[in-house]
Parts: sequence; C-alpha cells; structure tokens
Amino acid sequence: MKRIDHAEAASGFIAAKAHQEFHDRRLWDLRLKRDREAHGIPEWEELRNLASQIKEHTLARLADYLEEFETRAKANGAHVHWARDAAEHNQIVYDILAARGAKTLVKSKSMLTEECDMRPFLERRNIAVIETDLGERIQQLDDEPPSHIVVPAVHKLRGDVSTVFARTIGAEPGNEDINYLAETQRRTTRPYFLRAEAGMTGANFAVSETGSFVVCTNEGNADLSANVPKLHIASIGIEKIIPKVEHLGVFIRLLSRSALGSPITQYTSHFRAPRLGGELHIVLVDNGRSERLGMHDFWYSLKCIRCGACMNTCPVYRRSGGLSYGATYSGPIGVIIDPTFDIRKYGNLPFASTLNGSCTDVCPVKINIHEQIYKWRQIIAERNQLPFVKKEMMRLAGKVLADPRLYRAAISATGLALEHLPRFAIYNFLNPWGRQRELPQPPQQTFRSWYLENRSRS
Amino acid sequence: MTSRDAILAAVRAKAPAPAASLPHVPLFERPSASHLDEFRENLLRMGGKFAETKSSGNLADLVRSLFPQARVVCSATAEVTGTRPLGAETDPIALDDVDVGVVRAAFGVAETGSVWLSEEELRVNALAYLAQHLVVLLDPGAIVPNLHHAYRNSRFKAARYAVLVTGPSATADIEGVLIHGAQGVRSLTVVPLPRQ
Repeated sequence: MKRIDHAEAASGFIAAKAHQEFHDRRLWDLRLKRDREAHGIPEWEELRNLASQIKEHTLARLADYLEEFETRAKANGAHVHWARDAAEHNQIVYDILAARGAKTLVKSKSMLTEECDMRPFLERRNIAVIETDLGERIQQLDDEPPSHIVVPAVHKLRGDVSTVFARTIGAEPGNEDINYLAETQRRTTRPYFLRAEAGMTGANFAVSETGSFVVCTNEGNADLSANVPKLHIASIGIEKIIPKVEHLGVFIRLLSRSALGSPITQYTSHFRAPRLGGELHIVLVDNGRSERLGMHDFWYSLKCIRCGACMNTCPVYRRSGGLSYGATYSGPIGVIIDPTFDIRKYGNLPFASTLNGSCTDVCPVKINIHEQIYKWRQIIAERNQLPFVKKEMMRLAGKVLADPRLYRAAISATGLALEHLPRFAIYNFLNPWGRQRELPQPPQQTFRSWYLENRSRS
Repeated sequence: MTSRDAILAAVRAKAPAPAASLPHVPLFERPSASHLDEFRENLLRMGGKFAETKSSGNLADLVRSLFPQARVVCSATAEVTGTRPLGAETDPIALDDVDVGVVRAAFGVAETGSVWLSEEELRVNALAYLAQHLVVLLDPGAIVPNLHHAYRNSRFKAARYAVLVTGPSATADIEGVLIHGAQGVRSLTVVPLPRQ
C-alpha cells in the first residue's frame, strides 16, 4: 500500500486559491459559532467532563453493555447482526437486501459505511445506493469521498456543485443559484425515497438500557430513509454505546453545538423498535475497534462522537482540505485514528499538525488529540517510518538544539543566509516549510547578542 | 466461534481498566422567566415559526390562512380535521402529495425550541417528513426547561420511534448558505394551544 503524502496531496488544494480561502473562512466560522454556543452554557465544561467520564466508563465495560444492548434490541423486535470487519459488514447488508429482493437503498450519511467502502460493494451486486444528505450526494455524484465528517462537500464552491449537478442529475448548466441547486437535489432524490425497498442509517449513539439508537440530522433524510421503506438497516460501530437514555441529555447538548454551533440538530431521532409492519436490522461493527481498545495510549480516540470540531479549528486541516489526507477520517481526529488501520499507509498523517492543541481544547469528549498526535510521531520515528529528508533534518536539528555553541553559530548563519542567499538555496526540497510560505525576515539582532550588550553587566 | 462471540471476547480481553464509575447527570436547572418565551426564541432561531390563535375552534381557519394554496391537509390530531383521513395503517407513500401535516406534540423543550413526537402522535411517522409543511400544536404548559429534563421522560423507553423536531428540514451544505426544506418539510409552525 502506497504511503499517503499529505503535503503533496494538499498542494493542489492550496493552489486553488479561491477554494482554499473560502474553506479556511467557512470552517473558522463554524469554530466561532461553536464558541458562542459553548460560552452560552455555564455548565459547558461540566458537560464535557461528564461526556468524557460516561464514555470512558462505557468503553471499560463495553462487552457487558453490548450484550445488554443486544438483549434489549432483540426484545424490541429488531434483528441484531455482528460484523468483525468491513467485508463481513458489507456481506451482511447485502444478504439482508438480497433475501428481500431489494434493488434500491436510500441512505443517510454514515462514516462507518464509508470506512467499510460499502457503496461500491453493493453497486457491483446491482443494488443502487442513493446517498440522501445533500453534501454526501454531491460527493457521490462527483465520485469523491466526503472531505469532512459533518459537511462532506465543504471543499466545493457553488460552481463546482453546479457543474456536477448539470453533468449527473439534469440541472440547468451554468445555474449556480444555491437555492436552485438544493431544490434540484430535493426534487431528484424524493422519487428514490418513495421507490426504495430499503433505507439505511448510521447511528450517533446506541443506548444499551433500551436497545435503541439515535440519529442526528438537519435535513430529515435519515427519517425519510428509515420511515418510508419497510426495511431499515442501521450500521453501528461498537464504540457508539452509552448506558442510559438520560446520558443522551449530555451528548445531544454537546454534539451540534460543537459541530455547527447550533443548539441541536433539526432532527434528533430515536429508533427503538421496527414500525408496525416494518423490519429493523442492526449491524454492530468492530472493524479494528476492539484492537484500538487495547492500545494503551490510543483507546481514548474511541470516545469520539464525530462532531468535527477538531477539524474546524485545525489550521492544517482548514488550509489543506480533507481529501488531502487520503483516508476516511481526516483532520486531527483522522490522524490519530487512521494509523490504527494501517501505520505504513497513514504514517505521514500525524505530521499534518502544528501541535497547537486547539483540537484538544474544543473536543466535547476531552480526547487528548494533540498528545496522541505526538505519541504517534514517536512510534512512527521508532519504527523507522520517517521519510529520509525529515529524518536527517530532525537528526541535525537535534544535534544543533542540544549544543549551545552549535545553536548560536547556526542562528547567526541562518540570519546571514536568509538575508543573502539566493532563493533557490533556501526554497528547495530540503525546506518543505518554505514551499507555500515566505520565510520570515531575520531580526537585526539576536536576543542573545542584545542581552550581552544590555543586561549581562547587571 | 461466531463473529458475535469473537467480538465480545476481543473487547473483553482488550478493555482498559475501569476508570470512572458512571457519573450522576444533574438536571442543570436554571431560573427562567418563561419557558414559553425561551422556547419561542430558540424555535425562531432554528428556522421555525410561531403562530398564536385564540381558541381551538379557529384551528382549521388558522391552517387555511397559513397555507391558502394547500390542497391536501392531513391531520394526526382529532383537534383538526384534514382533507384526507390518516390512520396508523396508512401507507407512508400515500403521503407524497400532502401539502400540510398537522400534529400535536407530547411536549416541548425550551432550551432548543424542540417538539417531541412519536408514532403515537404522528400515526404515520413519515407525515413529519413527506408533507411540504408541518403544523405542530403544543401545550404551553408542557414545555420542559432543557434536554436533561426531556430525557427523563419515560416515553423515550416506550416509543418505537421518537423524534425531537427543531424547526424545518435544513441544510448549509453548499457554501454554508442556509436552505430550508432540504429533504423534509419546508416549514414548521408551532401553535401554542393548551391540550383539550
């Protein structure tokens, strides 16, 4: 498997200036909206603490809670399936659909089905899969994965959407009116809701005491997918379990405030039992989660409720775009989850961070994201997975920073170099930092020489 | 070994040592001058509308005045007679051409401006999504302060399907521009009216 080169992949995105600037602004705006909501609730920090404690408690006793969930769900009349990995998940879903002759599946957004690469699997077996969330539909029609876990097409501008819709669903070419584009998707998706034999959702939370699960959307597309066709399949990662209904109060108060800066999603939907005459199937999926649970430093990432706040605040994510990570999960949460799937393929991702810690500060379940990023760097360095230039530069930097004399010599040489060396000597492959930026003007005087002149006598 | 047993065994073997015991979740009560005012403010913020009426006798008139173009009105509450009957056995697909759905909420949440609906209130769940517009009757006396109070309601444990609806269907997936009526209802109007 080829290693993802995040910096290289990001260069195209950075070159598209209008897109990059809009992306940066839009996500930062979400961060500011999140702040306003968080500051409006006096108990915000207490809620974060509660959320973190509930999740840590549940993960430590996950097997018991999973068993309780299964027992209750079955008693409610739901069918419960277990999938060890993506392949088993996809097969289970296919078998349920095939046994009922289902040809069309309408679905709401689910990062888990992205992780399992389910859509192509079903499509190869002649089942039409229709993503119904607007952003996700745009991405499906453009044959791209989502670039953000909450706003999947945030890297696209209206002109891009117009082009995709004109090419695929008969929108008027050149019409870039956002109302028109959204209406076109509504008009062309609705017949699928009415025709589909099956609907699929993910789940934001699964409650063990009731065997029920909760789906949060703003469009109502999960409710259409689950409430119009007779058959409802829900794919749920095993880490989504929480023990009690009353815990939902904590998580629902945090989720949309952290994600979009709204007090709640337009629809917070609770599915406990199939509707009369309907059928409900729940697929509980491991796909690496039990493995991650055993990773001493990294199991905390299983607390994640997929709000995307860490992505919106991350300067690297905002400027590089989600697709440059080349993985299902991008941004700070992605760079600590992705290496658990494949350390070689995703070994570069933990370096896509400035370690500023802002992700940790906004995380509603208090995952120590930036510390985990740092720990991944150590592991990747120990396993000798660093690219040659980075390794050599770091070795050199380590020597220089450890020795005051070498450091002083280097600083004065750098000042001279920045002032006098030609551009090609500074902006080259040995200096990836300078690829998209100008290096700063060196100061006229170093702090040390100023100190020696002004303070050393006193 | 079945996948079920394999997963449970792996989870048991790998689980970290129990850290925190399950914390108690407080109700986080806050003094509020009026739950109804707070509800209205948050509902409007979430794109919902608020329409007051003098008495239940005017409800049909109110619906007509709100939606003069509506041809098909489907009501899930005996307080309003629609143009077409609706029963639990109605096929959801038959609701495709509904212009206005009417329903009475079990309760509301002041903190978020949400209304609580289940299959009992909706008769057919899809009514809240396939209709073009939704009118929700809400007893001003049945508004709880926040989501902690809401989740103490035992109906969550009995309902097959329960939803907190907050304003109409919405999306901001293209350039962050807010659009109402992404997939579900284009508008949601709450009518404060005590239960008969």
